[in-house]
Amino acid sequence: MSALGLVGGVVQPLLVVAGSPVLVGVMRQVRARLEGRAGAGIGQSWRDLRKLFGKESIAPRGTSEVFRFAPLVLVATTVVVAIVVPFVTTESALDPVADLFAVVALLALGTVALALAGLDTGTAFGGMGASREMTIIALVEPTLLVAIFALSVRVGSTNLAAIVSSTLHDPARVISPVSLLAAVALIIVIVAETGRLPVDNPSTHLELTMVHEAMVLEYAGPDLALVELASAMRLTVFLGLLANLFVPWGIATSASPLALLGGVVAVAVKVTLLGAMLAVGEVFLAKVRLFRVPELVAGSFLLALLAVAASFFLA
Amino acid sequence: MNPTGVGLGVAVAVGVLAAVAAVVAPQRMRTAVVGVGTAACGVAGMAAGICALSGTTFSLSLPSLLPLAGVMVTVDALGGVFLAITGAVAVAAGVYGIGYARQGGNGRLVQAVAPLFVVAMLLVVSAASVGTFLVCWELMALCSLLLVVTEHQRRPHVAEAGRWYAVMTHLGLVAILIGLLVLTANASTDSFPALREAGQHLPPTVAAVVFVLTLAGFGSKAGILPLHAWLPRAHPEAPSHVSALMSAAMVNLGVYGIVRVGLDLLGGGPRWWWLLVLTLGAVSAIYGILQAAMSTDLKRLLGYSTTENMGLVLVGVGAAGMFAAGGDRVLAGLALAAALLHVVNHAAFKTLLFLAAGSVLHGTGSRDLDALGGLRARMPATTAAFGLGALAASALPPGTAFVSEWLLLQALIHGLPASGVATAIAMPLSVAAVALTAGLAVATFVKAFGVGFLARPRSDAAQNATESPATMLAGMGIAGAACVGLALFPTLVLPVIGSVASQVVGSASPALADAVTVRLVGVAGSLSPLMLTIALVVAIVLVIGVLRAVASRRARRAARLWDCGAGPLSARMEYTATSFAEPLQRVFDNVLQPETDVDVTHARESSYLVEAVEYRRRVPDRIERRLYQPILTLIGAWGRAGRRLATGSVHRYLGYGFYTVCGLLILLVVTR
Repeated sequence: MSALGLVGGVVQPLLVVAGSPVLVGVMRQVRARLEGRAGAGIGQSWRDLRKLFGKESIAPRGTSEVFRFAPLVLVATTVVVAIVVPFVTTESALDPVADLFAVVALLALGTVALALAGLDTGTAFGGMGASREMTIIALVEPTLLVAIFALSVRVGSTNLAAIVSSTLHDPARVISPVSLLAAVALIIVIVAETGRLPVDNPSTHLELTMVHEAMVLEYAGPDLALVELASAMRLTVFLGLLANLFVPWGIATSASPLALLGGVVAVAVKVTLLGAMLAVGEVFLAKVRLFRVPELVAGSFLLALLAVAASFFLA
Repeated sequence: MNPTGVGLGVAVAVGVLAAVAAVVAPQRMRTAVVGVGTAACGVAGMAAGICALSGTTFSLSLPSLLPLAGVMVTVDALGGVFLAITGAVAVAAGVYGIGYARQGGNGRLVQAVAPLFVVAMLLVVSAASVGTFLVCWELMALCSLLLVVTEHQRRPHVAEAGRWYAVMTHLGLVAILIGLLVLTANASTDSFPALREAGQHLPPTVAAVVFVLTLAGFGSKAGILPLHAWLPRAHPEAPSHVSALMSAAMVNLGVYGIVRVGLDLLGGGPRWWWLLVLTLGAVSAIYGILQAAMSTDLKRLLGYSTTENMGLVLVGVGAAGMFAAGGDRVLAGLALAAALLHVVNHAAFKTLLFLAAGSVLHGTGSRDLDALGGLRARMPATTAAFGLGALAASALPPGTAFVSEWLLLQALIHGLPASGVATAIAMPLSVAAVALTAGLAVATFVKAFGVGFLARPRSDAAQNATESPATMLAGMGIAGAACVGLALFPTLVLPVIGSVASQVVGSASPALADAVTVRLVGVAGSLSPLMLTIALVVAIVLVIGVLRAVASRRARRAARLWDCGAGPLSARMEYTATSFAEPLQRVFDNVLQPETDVDVTHARESSYLVEAVEYRRRVPDRIERRLYQPILTLIGAWGRAGRRLATGSVHRYLGYGFYTVCGLLILLVVTR
């Protein structure tokens, strides 16, 4: 565990926790402006969270500890991912955990916790949301794995820090067919995984189309605040991963304060830009039917598979 | 006699004694005697396996015990792995069986067979000659068959499952028998060392015939497609501790056979053998988990999951063979170590899951997920056990399968740049297959745990469930402890497994481990499940701490569930296992080809009014439908055609005899 990794392990989770509601605020603001509304400002997500944290906790009758622990697990998995993935620094605080398979599985663990909580309520909505979410993750998880594997083949390691450093040293790789195929696949699955349009609409509560919102319908007060915070953090983590896998420049390679500041600013700018682009895209997209979503994800799975095949044949 | 031999000897003696005791003991004490005997037999077997793994091999030759061939026993490191697994599973299943068998299935015969089954499995992996191996293999098949049909008087399905199992296991035996006999014909004796010698000089076609035949036989035992049809029938119908023994210990012996014959006796072989193994493994993994995702019968789901996991193991074995054929010994060792580690892990979590499923069956009398639910309140220990097993099975951290699937993916990913077009095409596809399997496994086990144990009870049986007796919980506790240990400290097991794998393929040990981290040798890769788990726990504590500091401290208030203002929710409004899996079923519609049946009954007065709608959906096993049905139909037609020959007239039968003898005589005259 080096000094650089240690600093990264402290700075990154703080940055993700503090910054992710702002990212959601920025995205909503961009959408509002493009749709001709004034918008609530980029601080609104934090204001919402503050309000929710101040409310009393609710325990719906008939739910168990699974329901109460799920938001904690969801946040904790995302925090661990935020610690280990190279966002600000090229070295990881917990290098043997910064493995691609571990990171994807950790994020899936959070989703599973929430799906179990949805089932635990025993309501039709909870079951519906859980069922749909698990269908999506059953296809998203393999796509994520295969897509990032395509990037790790040429590095010869599935360690995320190693992949990022390698891209840093060999910029020409970014425009290779492997990278492009993997990037497209990753963008599609990230949209699906974080529940954005056209897969799920985070701003509606229309019962027939809900996925994520249906699962968390029973949450209120601080629990809901944790779930909201976690979903913002997951969005940030995914966008950060996307940014640093393909455009890692700006990331701190030494532990000097200037380099670290540069790393923080770079990742913040990259993630904000990606978020803004996602928001712009959402303005022009309608939600697809639920049963078209698997086609979308299956398509991206094929792209990821092509990327892996290309990584061998074009090596 | 060294410690390994003593352990094996004690295991066999205790097992046989337990079987005898089961026959003579009074009914009241029978299950306890047998349970303790089975567990003790397991402990001794496990000890023998561990001794063998630490380097103490044991050989014994008893030429006069069996006519013609004699008995030869050798326990080496590869056999030691399977010996230790089988022993450990027997310990958990034996303790569990004390309580489980009390409510039925405590007949003399059945109780006597259970310890013999364990002894037979221990001897299969210790056998060192073809004769010994085949005798033990058949003993194992017969014992397991008797155990499967235990409850045939209570449920008609059991007899059907038993018939399927009996036929398929014996066809498998025939395939293995022919394969090994062809191999023996080219050797001086039927002992394994002699076969190993002969395997080097075998003509390629003969070696291929041997390999394909034994692969068919062993693959069918491991539940590999398309010879899996017995598995999802027999495993659910057997008593649950027997299911655990079969699913966690017996199917492994199929893998043992493939590794022993293919990699050890035949010494590798060409690439296409292993490409075949890899393909069968990958297809089995995906097909198995898809069927598991659709199952609503809890034990059938677990049975299909066994097919899936054995498929993953064969992906590892196949990759190991391909790398070895390509000359890449380091990767071969890594892939084989991944496969063997997955065998160990699968044994741990599948034992736990089957025992927990048995506990559910014991407490509610039902295996139907659509009728369960809400068990967490009535059966907290079983719920915790199943939850742990489900986490372990779904390849999520901190579970056991997570570590072995990581290792498997490492082997595949590093194999990609290895030489050969076949490798280049096979490796990406198998990475995709393993990844897809991991994703579907998550959905499957969320369904099994979430629908079966959480939410509200969906039937009276689930409503009135009772927790199982202490011995059953103790059995689950043993399996659960093994799961936790393997998940957090694979560093203890992996170096041992790695050295076994490296002995088999002839490389250096593929993995090293310090106290917390697993490091691969020869390729870049490290993982620390312990560090990951600690980080996760610390993060949870941290979140709770921050929540205490910033959130309101008012006590939790109980509130009604959101029921859309339409009054209390009934259990019928809940999602069931069927509805949970419906979106996935739609996604894989083309593969699964479900059968749906809708009957609409109209009201008498008007056809515009509907009185009742009946909806039925079934997801048949498509391979069974396509492959087995035509064969069964053909056999049936053949039998019916043959019936015309057998009219019941004694004169006719005498005539057949007369003409046959005449024909033979003529044949003799002509040929001589």
